[in-house]
Amino acid sequence: MEKETFRYDNTIVRKFAFATMAFGIIGMLVGLTAALQMVDPMFNFLTPWLTFGRIRPLHTNAVIFAFVGNGIFMGVYYSLQRLLKTRMWSDVLSNINFWGWQLIILSAVVTLPFGITTGKEYAELEWWIDIAIALVWVVFGLNMFMTILNRRERHLYVAIWFYIATFVTVAMLHIVNSFELPVSFLKSYSWYAGVQDALVQWWYGHNAVAFFLTTPYLGLMYYFIPKAANRPVYSYRLSIVHFWALIFIYIWAGPHHLLYTALPEWAQNIGVVFSFMLIAPSWGGMLNGLLTLRGAWDRVRESAVLKFMVVAVTCYGMSTFEGPMMSLKNVNAIAHFTDWVVAHVHIGGLGWNGFMTFGILYYLVPKLWNTKLYSTKLSDFHFWIGTLGIIFYALPLYWAGFTQSLMWKEFTAEGFLAYPNFLETVTQIKPMYAARAFGGSIYIVGVIAMLYNLIMTMKQGSFQKEEEASALPLAKDYEAHKGEGWHRAIERRPVQMLVFSLVAVAIGGAIEIIPTMLIDSNVPTIASVKPYTPLELEGRDIYIREGCYNCHSQMIRPFRSETERYGEYSKAGEFVYDHPFQWGSKRTGPDLHRIGAKYSDSWHYNHMLDPGSMSPGTIMPSYPWLFDSELNTDLTPNKIRAMQTLGVPYAEGYDQIAVEELTYQAELIAKNLEKDGIQVIPNTEIIALIAYLQRLGTDIKVKDGQAAMVTN
Amino acid sequence: MEVIFLLIAISIIAALGFLAAFLWAVRSGQYDDDKTPAMRILFDDKQSTETNK
Repeated sequence: MEKETFRYDNTIVRKFAFATMAFGIIGMLVGLTAALQMVDPMFNFLTPWLTFGRIRPLHTNAVIFAFVGNGIFMGVYYSLQRLLKTRMWSDVLSNINFWGWQLIILSAVVTLPFGITTGKEYAELEWWIDIAIALVWVVFGLNMFMTILNRRERHLYVAIWFYIATFVTVAMLHIVNSFELPVSFLKSYSWYAGVQDALVQWWYGHNAVAFFLTTPYLGLMYYFIPKAANRPVYSYRLSIVHFWALIFIYIWAGPHHLLYTALPEWAQNIGVVFSFMLIAPSWGGMLNGLLTLRGAWDRVRESAVLKFMVVAVTCYGMSTFEGPMMSLKNVNAIAHFTDWVVAHVHIGGLGWNGFMTFGILYYLVPKLWNTKLYSTKLSDFHFWIGTLGIIFYALPLYWAGFTQSLMWKEFTAEGFLAYPNFLETVTQIKPMYAARAFGGSIYIVGVIAMLYNLIMTMKQGSFQKEEEASALPLAKDYEAHKGEGWHRAIERRPVQMLVFSLVAVAIGGAIEIIPTMLIDSNVPTIASVKPYTPLELEGRDIYIREGCYNCHSQMIRPFRSETERYGEYSKAGEFVYDHPFQWGSKRTGPDLHRIGAKYSDSWHYNHMLDPGSMSPGTIMPSYPWLFDSELNTDLTPNKIRAMQTLGVPYAEGYDQIAVEELTYQAELIAKNLEKDGIQVIPNTEIIALIAYLQRLGTDIKVKDGQAAMVTN
Repeated sequence: MEVIFLLIAISIIAALGFLAAFLWAVRSGQYDDDKTPAMRILFDDKQSTETNK
């Protein structure tokens, strides 16, 4: 058999490396802007586009899908070719993958700051961007699988298994979670409602952490740590065992995001059990990564690459210990809705994903440009300031999380809430928010140092577009027998067939099953729960547009400390018309599920115009633009019809009179405000928002006796 | 809550897919050797071209 000569494609790796560097710094700067607003809301520079509720989704999307996403592609496109001893199957697909992904990121940048969002955390992008993501992801998968099929190395190294799991699972999660009904080009409603939507969302959300932030990076760890240390992985057997254990367990852990909510208890408990079991495979990977360096720790002292990777893997170990602990119900009761969760995810984000990406960049750039790193002093500086940045970021938030949670739950000896005013628990932790912003800033300083270092490295080297290599082709196991059935041919390619059929089955099944099965379940289980009026529906869309869910939950847990503070705990049956659900995951401000009828219309009016006037010392931004913009009712009939399609029982032909009803209700609110001496034009957006806020949670509060009649 | 059954079904399909992939990997001898794959990735292609000719 003749040896074949072939070339690795380095240009695609370079493209993704540039994108990773660019979006890393952009995503982090957006994050810093958001962090500064937690210290003082004036850092939105009084513009709607930069206000926390809109740029927090931009930050999460930018760092997860743009920074880490491009980092994944960079590492995969580099390592896959070398592990399989073949060029990527198609340069065209590689480039479609690259440019398609950047276009998706661009779409996020031009939609999210303008409030064009689905309102589902970590899946905020609108329906047409969701379709583009699915297509580009499939292009990536196709390119990867065809490369695997054309490999010259029969054995699939463990990293490749991680890449395969990443592709398959992310495709499945994204498609199932993104079922939405478009109302217009810029607006859609989640197909699911309330509890169902929450469950799908966190099944997606949790597994996005698992299969977008974890498995691809573990694959990269298994390639780049051994390469950088020039030692084989500590235990190849362990890597295989922990891979299979990890992917089998991870997918069942999602409900730990919904503990003590309206999700059925048994589903919550399954989530807890599987989350706890996750410690074993996670730590298997962490230890395997660290122990690869046994006897080579002297190299860590000298190599910037290894330094970053050691801290990255350590952070992975910490956050995968912390995660299962936070999934225990008694710990979750303290941690949920607080800054503890934010600290936890940033140990993962800044430590694991960030530092791993930096390590890979410090490894790849000198290699691809055929030179040495420009300055090791500068990379050492980056390492230390970055590590300090993580510490200064996380510790204050742990402190803040504990402090605030304890204050929420504190009762006096007489049995009253010790801190009945939510604001007290916020002003208490403001210094922590300032410290966090400082930690984030110095982390960014390190990244800037890295960018300079890498650019200078590129300048002193010369980029090698193609890298020649040679290897024997894969020996055929056997010649195909004459007249063999189609099944024999498939049998020789089982993995590929399985994966493709799995994707096909999942997509087909989902498209068929979801619409039919979900509409029936939106039948109310609480008789007094009624659909939103057109004005409330428009108000709700403003609530979603402004990203209120980023700071306010709508889920009162069944704890005495919460029912005392907010009112009756939330019931599953109250959310049947919520497309999408707005339970939120963080309480920077108080829960809003029972805010309806708690304050007067004029209180809300003044509060939205200048929150400080009603709550001195608050960190909530003001929303003056809601008072100038006219409520656009062009789409109202379409929205009503869309809701009807989703099973909301508006009367036949209600869309025709919806705008009329809307105007009538708006005038009532305007008259109400006039009594308090506020002159307002009824067709401004603030009126719709007030209507929605005043409706929240009142369906069962108004008739207290009826809460007992819940049939579910 | 019906959607939970859908999610469980999809998750089981995924798990079965992974199980099949795992069985394929074991049966086709992917894991027969758990020493050399870890070593092999360390060799850069250029070196092997030189020495094997």
